[in-house]
Amino acid sequence: MPGHHIIIGGGLAGLTTAMKLAEEGEHVDLFSIVPVKRSHSVCAQGGINGAVNTKGEGDSPMIHFDDSIYGGDFLAHQPPVLGMCEAAPSIIYLFDRMGVMFNRTPEGLLDFRRFGGTKHHRTAFAGATTGQQLLYALDEQVRRYEAAGLVRKFEGWEMLGVVPDEAGDCRGVVAIDTRSLELRAFPGDTVMIATGGPGLIFGRSTQSLVNTGSAASACYQQGATYANGEFIQVHPTAVPGEDKNRLISESIRGEGGRVWTYKEGKPWYFLEEMYPAYGNLVPRDIATRAIHKVVFEMKLGVDGQPLVFLDVSHLDPVLLRQRVEGVLEIYEKFVGQDPTKVPMKIFPAMHYSMGGLWVDYSQQTNIPGLFAAGECEFQYHGANRLGANSLLSCVYGGDVGAKAMTAFAKSHKSDGSTRAHDLEVTRHREDFDRIFKMDGKENAFAIWRELGELMTENVTVVRYNDKLKATDAKLLELKDRWGKIGLNDKGKWANQEALFVRHLWNMLELARPITLGALNRNESRGAHYKPEFPERDDENFMKTTLATWSSDGPRFGWEPVDVSLIKPRARRYDVDKSATAAKPAEKAA
Amino acid sequence: MAERTTVLRIKRQENPRSATYWEEFEIPYKANHNIISMLMEIRRNPVTREGKRTTAVVFDANCLEEVCGSCTMVINGRVRQACSQLAEGLNGTVTVEPMSKFPVVRDLWVDRSKMFDYLKKAHSWIPIDGTYDLGPGPRVNPQEQQFAYLFSRCMTCGCCLEACPQVNDHSKFMGPAIIGQVYLMGQHPTGAMHQDERLQALMGEGGIADCGNAQNCVEVCPKSIPLTTAIGDVGGQVSRKWLRDLFAK
Repeated sequence: MPGHHIIIGGGLAGLTTAMKLAEEGEHVDLFSIVPVKRSHSVCAQGGINGAVNTKGEGDSPMIHFDDSIYGGDFLAHQPPVLGMCEAAPSIIYLFDRMGVMFNRTPEGLLDFRRFGGTKHHRTAFAGATTGQQLLYALDEQVRRYEAAGLVRKFEGWEMLGVVPDEAGDCRGVVAIDTRSLELRAFPGDTVMIATGGPGLIFGRSTQSLVNTGSAASACYQQGATYANGEFIQVHPTAVPGEDKNRLISESIRGEGGRVWTYKEGKPWYFLEEMYPAYGNLVPRDIATRAIHKVVFEMKLGVDGQPLVFLDVSHLDPVLLRQRVEGVLEIYEKFVGQDPTKVPMKIFPAMHYSMGGLWVDYSQQTNIPGLFAAGECEFQYHGANRLGANSLLSCVYGGDVGAKAMTAFAKSHKSDGSTRAHDLEVTRHREDFDRIFKMDGKENAFAIWRELGELMTENVTVVRYNDKLKATDAKLLELKDRWGKIGLNDKGKWANQEALFVRHLWNMLELARPITLGALNRNESRGAHYKPEFPERDDENFMKTTLATWSSDGPRFGWEPVDVSLIKPRARRYDVDKSATAAKPAEKAA
Repeated sequence: MAERTTVLRIKRQENPRSATYWEEFEIPYKANHNIISMLMEIRRNPVTREGKRTTAVVFDANCLEEVCGSCTMVINGRVRQACSQLAEGLNGTVTVEPMSKFPVVRDLWVDRSKMFDYLKKAHSWIPIDGTYDLGPGPRVNPQEQQFAYLFSRCMTCGCCLEACPQVNDHSKFMGPAIIGQVYLMGQHPTGAMHQDERLQALMGEGGIADCGNAQNCVEVCPKSIPLTTAIGDVGGQVSRKWLRDLFAK
């Protein structure tokens, strides 16, 4: 008997899981708020990393591994990251076989470009819409299995929560049809959460509108551990907007783009000056802090605004069009200027969460039968993710998860009881009944905006303990005001407002482990920077933050980091890695 | 001087069976506003221009970077993604309507699932042997890759169906997007081995013969995909297959 599996989310991680399970003959129910082809993975621009080593640079999965661990400031458990880097070349080949139109060398081989935090050409790319292309390839393969009857898609459905049985094992989910508002339980032998990041907690980020973190938050509120929530990546180069901040991919710098501002009337290429070894291709946390310093401490923003230049106007426009057209087009369409002629004006924006649901090396959360892959879990990027490693971690995590889900389903067959499912349906129905009766003065979307401004100001680039404490107090106040929301729309068909009220609650719940995780961590590591504690403190903080939900707020525990493969050393980008304490890829004794 | 504003005149509909109605909203002008950010303003304060309290306008949107295809709407009579329609450049009252060639779910949200069904019908995928490691894929000429890439950017947004006179209540024409995808699959070395299966799907009812050569598709495509080139070339592939089939009998 094949197992029956539930996947929540149809981006790269969810679709990979679906494809791998279906290939084994397993049955899949795939849920996605948007048609899977419109998932946030489409926004990934630059590429996917894999040490294929076709440029005569002597690249290898071990060097990719070392770059990733070093870039993540030694906070990631090392064995799964090694597994990911070893699998990377075959993952790129698989996408090539599935029809992704990767850019080519004159010989017809896959081309690779440079990305941040490495000295090697390791990033395969399809123009500057790589995420879109990879997603479409997976969408096509999953559609093939859908046509074969192994995958059922529930597009326009949203997960409300998981269904634990008496023993605490996950036995399915409760989901709602966002059109009819029909609420139903779906039993399954396993559940995979692949719902992406929590960008909307920060209001305007580079993420898509579905990225509320709501599904991960629902799991957290049902007992799943949330790990390293405080590690939030702020991408150095985005175009600030009214509705979102639009990413300008790191590939722009990979292709030779330079960051600068005016100093004493002359262009100042500050990244190149501060970090001569890596220049404009320092990792994102480093570039973001440099821009913050230049704008806020040195007051050198362009025209006195919080903006600096990202410049490709010195590069060959024809080559640029071939390699980064998608990015140039975004700037042209949303700003109205041609970046091949005029330097782009950019500023850092919340981009990615390194933290997420805690999983073991098989992608299983602490709730048996509940798995997670992609940005919604914490496992692969430590304290800072390197560019073009996210697509890779989605696919690798989905693959590892699918194997473990198949094995779990074989050994944990459900007894067919639906008692737990009925209880959960009733609980969620009562929650919605309460939402439909809300008649206060507050507007859910207005509270969301306040949440975003609060989190962006206090829990992103620079963090101070007094402000983090005040932020948490304010979060409690917003939760209180949530109870005073008045629902404008009482309709029982496609009511986006009622669904959003629930998302907002889940965002407020998840904002707390992010904020308090940052408060607890009195050091600076990767994307987490506290001026009061400017150094990395391995003695006290080389450990994973583990947050568990309780009705009195998150409870915190810690887990040591597995550093068995590469000995931690100081992380510097002003000099080559060879100049730091240990040699690249040197293994600990 | 009166504060500059943008007026959105929005076509609304409670559910697929109810009547449509219009509501107007006045939003303070900001240069970097777009249609979606203005719809978000309305959500925060759902009050019409006349001061009547109403419900937030329901709309479909996700990436807001014009790569997911979600927020396709008809703005001032022209189909496009709402996120990339900036307030700058819009004058007077701006009409915003849902696409007319797809069933309305509510307000500006339409159901485009038929486009995904067409992809299924036309076997729009590369039939690989398996996802296990079989080494590198086939080599591809870089010029051919650059050309194929143009078609790989199709977001299934539906602009080309909305603009096509042949897509209507009386016809089963599947529209230009699917022809573009069949063309793309046929350009991949492995995909080309199975192109006949896909062409078969375009030979029946609603297939390529229903194209009336109006060429509106290529005009409205937000990604400038050369759809008419695809229709021309796939038309040739279909004719050749038809002849082959004829002589094979």
